Amino acid sequence: MQIIKTDVAIVGAGGSGLRAAIEIAENHPDLDIALISKVYPMRSHTVAAEGGAAGVAQDHDSLDNHFNDTVSGGDWLCEQDVVQYFVENAAKQLTQLEHWGCPWSRKEDGSINVRAFGGMKIERTWFAADKSGFHILHTLFQTSLQHPKITRFDEHFCLDLIVENDKIQGILILDIAEGEAKLIQAKSVIMATGGAGRVYSYNTNGGIVTGDGMSLAYRHGVPLRDMEFIQYHPTGLPGSGILMTEGCRGEGGILLNKDGYRYLQDYGLGPEVPVGQTKNKYMELGPRDKLSQCFWQEQQKGNVIKGPRGDVVHLDLRHLGEEKINERLPFIRELAKAYVGVDPVHEPIPVRPTVHYTMGGIETDAKTATKLAGLYAIGECASVGLHGANRLGSNSLTELAVFGQLAGQQAADYARNSKHEKITPLRKQAETIMARTEALLHSEGTEKMADIRQEMGDCMEEGVGIYRTKESMQQTINKLAELKKRYKNIQITDKSSVFNTEFLYAIELGYLLDTAQAMAHSAILREESRGSHQRIDGFEKRDDNNFLKHSLAFYQGDKAPKIDYSSVTITKSQPAERAYGAAGEKAHAQEKV
Amino acid sequence: MSELTIEIDVLRYRPEMDNEPFTQTFEVPYTAEMSILEALQYIKDHLDSTVSFRWSCRMAICGSCGLMVNSVPKLGCKAFLRDYYPQKISLEPLANFPIERDLVVVMDDFIKKLEEIKPYIIPEKEKCLSEGTYQQTPEQMAKFKQFSMCINCGLCYAACPQYALDNKFTGPAALALLARYNRDSRDNGEAERMKIVNQEEGVWGCTFVGYCSVVCPKDVDPAAAIQLLKVESSKDYLIGMFKPD
Repeated sequence: MQIIKTDVAIVGAGGSGLRAAIEIAENHPDLDIALISKVYPMRSHTVAAEGGAAGVAQDHDSLDNHFNDTVSGGDWLCEQDVVQYFVENAAKQLTQLEHWGCPWSRKEDGSINVRAFGGMKIERTWFAADKSGFHILHTLFQTSLQHPKITRFDEHFCLDLIVENDKIQGILILDIAEGEAKLIQAKSVIMATGGAGRVYSYNTNGGIVTGDGMSLAYRHGVPLRDMEFIQYHPTGLPGSGILMTEGCRGEGGILLNKDGYRYLQDYGLGPEVPVGQTKNKYMELGPRDKLSQCFWQEQQKGNVIKGPRGDVVHLDLRHLGEEKINERLPFIRELAKAYVGVDPVHEPIPVRPTVHYTMGGIETDAKTATKLAGLYAIGECASVGLHGANRLGSNSLTELAVFGQLAGQQAADYARNSKHEKITPLRKQAETIMARTEALLHSEGTEKMADIRQEMGDCMEEGVGIYRTKESMQQTINKLAELKKRYKNIQITDKSSVFNTEFLYAIELGYLLDTAQAMAHSAILREESRGSHQRIDGFEKRDDNNFLKHSLAFYQGDKAPKIDYSSVTITKSQPAERAYGAAGEKAHAQEKV
Repeated sequence: MSELTIEIDVLRYRPEMDNEPFTQTFEVPYTAEMSILEALQYIKDHLDSTVSFRWSCRMAICGSCGLMVNSVPKLGCKAFLRDYYPQKISLEPLANFPIERDLVVVMDDFIKKLEEIKPYIIPEKEKCLSEGTYQQTPEQMAKFKQFSMCINCGLCYAACPQYALDNKFTGPAALALLARYNRDSRDNGEAERMKIVNQEEGVWGCTFVGYCSVVCPKDVDPAAAIQLLKVESSKDYLIGMFKPD
């Protein structure tokens, strides 16, 4: 087995992993960095983010505004010290991306342009047309290439963490093309593996978004925090779930039911804003959780449109005109034409809510450190406490830059103050992991992988969806327990070692099942409604007395996870009623009196 | 109700067990909205789980799923069965790249070429974050924006006759990316990059067939980037004649 010594190992080379790597290379040129990714870095799912990245950019806006929008958007489950750090560093880190070449859209005078986004009081979303994530990712990848101390391990799959003497000492990775294992001995490790949206059948996520880092940390005793909070994005394409950015609505797009009626006004988001105008935090610029819930309500009332790929509503951009659509939303036009045969210049786009983002993740402190010494986590795989119970659109791209930078700094400091320990026990662990991995590969199981994956996705949609009941969640929990049993008897036909994707999918499915369990068990015990966790079985209200706290899921092997709780850091914003539209303005005015 | 189906030939090659590539034929249920990628996923889930191919985003932005569809380079997620039905479809790995396994090609040389052209801002002097962002007008951005849209899928290399003849040629995507940075008002690295452009393996390898731009799924137009670089390279040459080092 090849053994590679490095100072910091980073698992995942999307936006946050690359940002962390560059931070270390620029400021600690004596440190070696191993950057591991199961795909080429530019394939990472950051690439698919469309709308933009939030950071205060206008004189009439303020850090307090961004703070308040984020905290109320998260239904007061955010770590407020973390939010404060975030809003203070947001514009700075977006400026850093600009210096590195990110082609942010500009105003005529050459300064940065910003667009409106859901739940944001003032326009503060920096955007690169509707390919913001794509440009951020490619900018970071290309910028990273000038640093010889970053050694990339592209198309290397992380099999496990090496933990010895209560601290992380490395990782075991598999070279996908060669089928060869490599032990990376590291002083500190940063998890940057992205979310777990693939536990649901309908999602905006790429096939690689399988909760790898979450499950690996979880299996080593690091808790997963706030896993019940799953974001449904209100506008995905039916069938595929492909994302139609919130930028569509930021630019003035409207949502219509089967009668051509702007139904959002019936759910506390009105009064209606005239077509062609936008008003921040009103109507289509409400937050994602609320908008997805409105769809479900309309569906119950029979007001949605029956389409060949299921129920939809219409996202209408026609009034924006061809020129604006081509300038601001060219990718949306391309996607709608290719995947639903609709040109948004001439026809409304059929859309429906689809799973988009995991608010929860690996618990970290405000500086990205996990409970496991030497292990850091950033980006969607982490729960640093920024998003609370519902993430505001365009906060997560900024999160990659802000906390990627911070984690790079922290992991470098940690590495600087520690030494490589004896290799023998690490090698021994690696050999045990390989034996287990080989055993899975050569098992003669009979359960069909595609069935387990499908049943998992469907039961999550059914039980841990937009609205939840104890009964539906219990059914999901039972189903997941059954699937985990069946998984042990999984069929793997391909026994080869070169680019064996069937085998990798099998390992990923194991990661997904553990993540799904953490979600379902965290959800059933939260007997209240908050943000994206909405119950319709007697717990319709938020309950700050009992549930103004984070959930923590602890892995228990074959048994159900243990769920514990921790307190929420509140600095300057006491929990208040979360309201949008005219009601929001009224509530805000009352607070000021 | 009779179910419509379509036949798909997939080129198979598993280096550990096959001496040479062979064709395997699958029959897949046909629907008009099904992409080639979804057909491959159907094959993997239901017909033969050992077929390997790369994919992720399903929305033509991650650049993973390039392959030859009836000998034309395409993204599997953005090519649809409806454009071929009822004819049989043939799927092969991207041309001009070595086969790793089945539809997966070895991308090492392509990635190396991207790395070599210094694809990052080389500023005239370090700009402090406290100075804020650069000013860059929409006109200045328009000079390079198109060349920044490349998703690194490799289709243009599969289409390039020059790369097929001699893979030392820097190639369309890498040269387009080079032009992207040279044309960015924030950059001052042109002189360094022109050394790469002026080499025999640089722009002068291109014989302007233009097929790279035809197959590009993102309208990057690498052929245009190369022609622009040829103009710059000629200027470099002329200036060099009058101002010898």
